[in-house]
Amino acid sequence: MTLVFAGACSHAPGITGRADRADPTQRKNLLNNLERMRQEIKDSGAEALVIVAAEHFANFFMNNMPAYCVGMADYYEGPIEDEEWLAIKKTRIPGNPDLSERLIKTILNDVDVAYAQEWKFDHGISVPLNFLTPDYDLDIIPVNINCQGPPLTPLNRAYEFGRALRKACDAVPEKIAIVGTGGISHWPCTPDSGKINEEFDREFLDHFLANDKAGMLSFSDEETYERGGQGGFEIRTFVAIAGACEGAKGDLWCYEPIPIYAVGCTVASMEVL
Amino acid sequence: MSLYYVQKLIYELNRDPLTRQRFDDDKESVLAEYDLSEEELTAIRQPDIGLLYVLGVNGQILMHYAALWKMPWDDYIQAMKDGLEEHGPVRAGLYARTGGGAV
Repeated sequence: MTLVFAGACSHAPGITGRADRADPTQRKNLLNNLERMRQEIKDSGAEALVIVAAEHFANFFMNNMPAYCVGMADYYEGPIEDEEWLAIKKTRIPGNPDLSERLIKTILNDVDVAYAQEWKFDHGISVPLNFLTPDYDLDIIPVNINCQGPPLTPLNRAYEFGRALRKACDAVPEKIAIVGTGGISHWPCTPDSGKINEEFDREFLDHFLANDKAGMLSFSDEETYERGGQGGFEIRTFVAIAGACEGAKGDLWCYEPIPIYAVGCTVASMEVL
Repeated sequence: MSLYYVQKLIYELNRDPLTRQRFDDDKESVLAEYDLSEEELTAIRQPDIGLLYVLGVNGQILMHYAALWKMPWDDYIQAMKDGLEEHGPVRAGLYARTGGGAV
């Protein structure tokens, strides 16, 4: 067993780009728990971080949109966003193509995953890395689940992808951490930005933390869209983490609905059995 | 209506510094490479964030485009509200189902 850490966190660009416009107490709680995650990943001895993201048209487009993709490059670049707007400097992020290839080969037994030997990150990966590996000194394996451009992969497939990812992690000798990043309810990039449905978020999180597969998979895209906005489609990243940790329970470290960040800011871990 | 190509052009501008440089140097030659209507051309040239939103450009693509033009956050949100006021509900894409925030 070489999966050594599993968790999930938010990635909203406001967390860095509009940092000081949040309630200071809420922000402090969020930052404290992102720091806790950074420390726990470090303490786990992880030699690579697999980040399961929901990227936003930085790398993939509707001309050839993979439902699932894993990076297999020496290095990655990002963020694509304006540096001042996101308040994160553009940089190169180290990859590990040999490890990527071994993970991909195992995943392919269960899921027809795509791979990419170049990949530009956006806030979906760059914001979490800004807190979790601020010195960019840990190999990153980016994973994307298309959560932005419908038609989208069904939730049950996201769960199965997580299971396949777990098998792959456990088949390599390296110690691996995995983190899913996405929002629960949110209406980003619309005039409704800032709207958060805390009831929906807590309902989903209860299922996630209990690793209640049936409960998580009970949310149809229609229901998610109505109650959680189009940003809610990103629950696929959480579902994948739950699949990777099937049978284990989660622990909610932080949930802070912060309207100026446009999302209920979440930090959680999932036990690795 | 060629929403796909509007989005593709903005996607390339957002992620590729060379495309952006070509756009800055000779906007019209870049625009000519895409199958765009007059309304779409106008919206991209200005850029008119509100109209692009109403045309149905995916918000994740549009947000990065507003950032590319260094549009302050509050102005960007207001531009989408103004777009709905001026042009009516979102016409296509992911946000058309609920009017994209229109009340």
